[in-house]
Amino acid sequence: MTIGLEHYLVLSAVLFCIGLYGALTKRNAVIILMCIELMLNAVNISLVAFSSYIVPLLLTGQVFAIFVMVVAAAEVAVGLAIILAIYRGLTDIDANNINLMKW
Amino acid sequence: MGLAAAFWIMAVVAVVAALGVVFLRNVFRAALALVLCFITVAGLYITLSADFLAAVQILVYVGAISVLIILAIMMTREVQQGSPTNKMKLPAFIVAAVLLGIMIYTVTKTSWQIAAESPLTPTTVPLATKLFSENGFILPVEIAAMLILAAILGAIVIAREK
Repeated sequence: MTIGLEHYLVLSAVLFCIGLYGALTKRNAVIILMCIELMLNAVNISLVAFSSYIVPLLLTGQVFAIFVMVVAAAEVAVGLAIILAIYRGLTDIDANNINLMKW
Repeated sequence: MGLAAAFWIMAVVAVVAALGVVFLRNVFRAALALVLCFITVAGLYITLSADFLAAVQILVYVGAISVLIILAIMMTREVQQGSPTNKMKLPAFIVAAVLLGIMIYTVTKTSWQIAAESPLTPTTVPLATKLFSENGFILPVEIAAMLILAAILGAIVIAREK
């Protein structure tokens, strides 16, 4: 059985949904960030799979994946800085207890 | 044949590692599972003949982002408390399962226009010409540089001691 585009897309969907479940249910803010990274990786897999199966000579999907990586790196830097700032103020990063901006 | 075996091994390890990120009690072990998942994703890029992206995945995710995450775990002393879940477990599971079902149905029902050519290898030189050439992606590259600069400055301003 040869590996086709569908295999990569289904794998990407499985990883994305695992990440989505984690991001929706976890209370630790660092774990939520990790699950978001998981989802971004799943999207990158499908982008690269599209690139090498549908337009193998254009590489546009790989260029897009590079930009997704750039944005993911920026996101994780700012997100962890926010988490550290919150921890310094509240000594807690439980997403249920961070309700300063709730009304 | 070897490619298929590599894909299946990597796919199984990636899914198990992703489940570990979500379900492991110890936050530090969850971070290590995330690193394993990143490494298998790099392997998947190699099976897709995206060699440059595999190297970037190792450098950026396994090298940099995982170190940042582990640093944050160490600085927040959340390792002992584990990673508890909130009350939305069942609705979130239903949402994720329904989304997974819809995506798998759509992917398997669509007839993709698979190209006949085999993908370019190595990809480093074509990617560089695509990114930096005159009618390529040079403007988004510059904008990405600005975004990284803004993110670094923002992270420093947010995280520094008052």
